[in-house]
Amino acid sequence: MTPGTNDITRNDAEQKIWQILEDVKDPEIPVLSILDLGIVRAVKCSNEAGANKAVEVLITPTYSGCPAMDVIRVAIHMHLLEHGFTNCKITQVLSPAWTTDWMSEAGKQKLKAYGIAPPNPRQQVCKPELFDHAEAVQCPHCNSYHTHRISEFGSTACKALYQCDDCKEPFDYFKCH
Amino acid sequence: MSNESPTTGFLTGNLPSAAAVDYLFYLADSALILSQRNSEWCGHGPVLEQDIAITNISLDLLGQARNFYQHAATIINQTAQQPTKEITEDDLAFLRSEREFKNLLLVEQPNGDWAQTILRQYFFSQFQLLLYRQLQNHNDPQIAAIAAKSVKETTYHVRWSGEWVIRLGDGTEESHNRMETALDKLWAYTGELFVPADYEKETGIDLLKLKEEWLTKVKAVFAEATLALPAVQEGAFMQIGGKEGRHTEYLGYILAEMQYLQRAYPGAKW
Repeated sequence: MTPGTNDITRNDAEQKIWQILEDVKDPEIPVLSILDLGIVRAVKCSNEAGANKAVEVLITPTYSGCPAMDVIRVAIHMHLLEHGFTNCKITQVLSPAWTTDWMSEAGKQKLKAYGIAPPNPRQQVCKPELFDHAEAVQCPHCNSYHTHRISEFGSTACKALYQCDDCKEPFDYFKCH
Repeated sequence: MSNESPTTGFLTGNLPSAAAVDYLFYLADSALILSQRNSEWCGHGPVLEQDIAITNISLDLLGQARNFYQHAATIINQTAQQPTKEITEDDLAFLRSEREFKNLLLVEQPNGDWAQTILRQYFFSQFQLLLYRQLQNHNDPQIAAIAAKSVKETTYHVRWSGEWVIRLGDGTEESHNRMETALDKLWAYTGELFVPADYEKETGIDLLKLKEEWLTKVKAVFAEATLALPAVQEGAFMQIGGKEGRHTEYLGYILAEMQYLQRAYPGAKW
């Protein structure tokens, strides 16, 4: 039990949990916290003090088959336990469906610094038309827009594969969803 | 797969729970079996990028199947008369037999060559996209939520597989011929998509409208792919039965491989 969790009020507890969740990282993109990704939808605490305080964290998957979700679920549990919250429940919600628009601006900057092009605003893709114009995606290395898509599917469900025509570097694009 | 049951929203709308569970099995099994089939390509794709693409699609389908199985498990556990043990998504995927699987016959067909895999994917994804769009308004909020989530992923699948149908059909003589052979093999399995099983009749899905929309989309893609769509006539012979558990010879082999570990070592975890 970490000192201090005994007597804090519900709002304080919820705020503290939001801070704790900032330390839970996406296992596949470890520069991003789950808050940067926008997958934590709500934190709910009961009024009880100390270890009896019931905590519920509502999370939503980026993609239906994202294998990181089970790891993230366990990581949230561990982090909350470390801070004295022993009565925790992690609930998956599917609606409304996650969108890249929920990614934080800070998250997008971190992605770019990590070498992954951050998602463009959503209205640009997710259209069913075949051979539609590929999005203009900025190269995270040299900032050129002269890039082309190699594949709509990449190393994880949430990424597409691009290459820069100027600096020739291949890079991942966190595709808009 | 996780043993927790993380879903919320347990209403089954107006469907009697048995029919609701059967319908969820149909949706889940179809996604799972195609996922399993596509995963056979892992490490064998024609080029690395397409190997990654087909296995990504596999993963999306597996996720959709899990969501439907979890919801089915919730309903089963809530309506069990004499609950003995809690049913999980794993039980539903690994411990049901061939006759209990309600997947479409189309998805259990062998991968064949790349043309056959692509055409199977396109037929299915185009159908799934139209179906999920309707299911987004389903009166069971959890089915609606899963469908709304899956629509986005399926949009990528339709675009990817549709573009490949055009590339191969309108490609070389060799690729065109292979698409025609694939069409000969698969067309007879497309009729089943639009023939409702008993448990499907109360879902509120208009399969006739779906069929028209599907044919319009497929015709447009085939025209660009310079492929001739088989004549669609009333009463033309089509294979059916998968939705009711009567399968082609292939499903047994798929399940034997997929379920082996849980059958041989019940409850094994890693």
